[in-house]
Amino acid sequence: MAIKLKELSHKKDLLAPGHRCCAGCGSILSVKEVMMAVDGPVVVSFATGCLEVATTIFPYTAWRVPYIHCAFENSASVMSGVEAAYQSLKKQGKIDKEIKFIAFGGDGGTYDIGLQALSGAMERGHDMLYVCYDNEAYMNTGIQRSSSTPRAAATSTSPAGTVLPGKTQFRKDLTKIMAAHGIPYVAQATPDRWRDLISKVKKALEIKGPKFINILSSCFRGWRCAPEKSIEVTKLAVQTRFWPLYEVEYGKWKLNYKPKEYVPIEEWLKTQRRFQHVLKPENKPLLEEIQKNVDQRWEELLQLCGESSPEVTPGN
Amino acid sequence: MPEKGWKELPIGGKILDAGNSIEYETGSWRTFRPVVDKKKCINCLRCWLLCPDSSIFVEDEKVMGYDYAYCKGCGICAEMCPVDAIEMVLETEKDTVEADERGIKVVQEEDPETG
Repeated sequence: MAIKLKELSHKKDLLAPGHRCCAGCGSILSVKEVMMAVDGPVVVSFATGCLEVATTIFPYTAWRVPYIHCAFENSASVMSGVEAAYQSLKKQGKIDKEIKFIAFGGDGGTYDIGLQALSGAMERGHDMLYVCYDNEAYMNTGIQRSSSTPRAAATSTSPAGTVLPGKTQFRKDLTKIMAAHGIPYVAQATPDRWRDLISKVKKALEIKGPKFINILSSCFRGWRCAPEKSIEVTKLAVQTRFWPLYEVEYGKWKLNYKPKEYVPIEEWLKTQRRFQHVLKPENKPLLEEIQKNVDQRWEELLQLCGESSPEVTPGN
Repeated sequence: MPEKGWKELPIGGKILDAGNSIEYETGSWRTFRPVVDKKKCINCLRCWLLCPDSSIFVEDEKVMGYDYAYCKGCGICAEMCPVDAIEMVLETEKDTVEADERGIKVVQEEDPETG
């Protein structure tokens, strides 16, 4: 059934206003859309990060659902403990409610610091959903690079200067790593494509077992773009195939969106000042290298999804 | 919120009142305020969905203006509006636009005779 905004508008917002996120924060939008997909009781845990700090500044909380604050690395293990306790209480007949469990984490808490805890929780098969809001650096502590930061992005620990043009490595593909765990559901989404995102969360919550969703969420402070553009940039990330929308359900790969024409990655890089040095004429080889990497990852994904490459010229 | 000593606070730093951040108003952060022209608005609710501060009133599936107590003036609503019904007005110049306290533009009814 198609999701309609008009129907969703009757539901009570599970996130209250008055939180201290920046004006134009992209990550709270991802989380807001995830919470819109939830019906019935839910328990949320949050790894340390921008959103955890901004939504729960003591003595206030923006959450209207039970929420557990945890350390940087253990959002997944805290939630697996909660889920295990719930299963035990259910077995003992002390609880009969159907409760959903969602663990959130930023890219620092998921790609780097919490990867071990996340991998463990997924392997143990807890009935929970892990959502990563990926804003591609440690934004909370002042824009340090993470393993999710794209190649050539300027951050405070990988600045663009005369010696190095920003981050020297390519980003880690965590969604594929999670798919390799063989868990029932893995997906990638953006808040711009809200219908896709909400239906993915709804689908994930229906499935029993561990689930993982990776959401590209812009951070206008770290990406160096205007606050009102924070949704627009995620849209371009999908169109340039930097962030393909796909899902892996019980090992079956499915591409959710195939752009009609291939927009060069340059168009996405142009929107953010963290990449401005890449667009200089002397850095043309770097730009070509980035485009090549995007094309290569896209081709790999098409093969996994059993799709053929359409007849368009990739890149320029 | 009055300050409490450690003996009065719940053990473990728990916050027992869910969603009490509404007591903290963030509207003073705003430089630009959104104003909506209901004549252009098609009530697609995209602005409501994409408002990071949940500051858009929706009643009976219709946009009914802004909650200026929380709106931080980011401008996403104006940017994402498919019919350009939302205008961002500088706070210091808000009197140049005639709008009610919820930010709905007041449109003068044209007299059919004088036209």
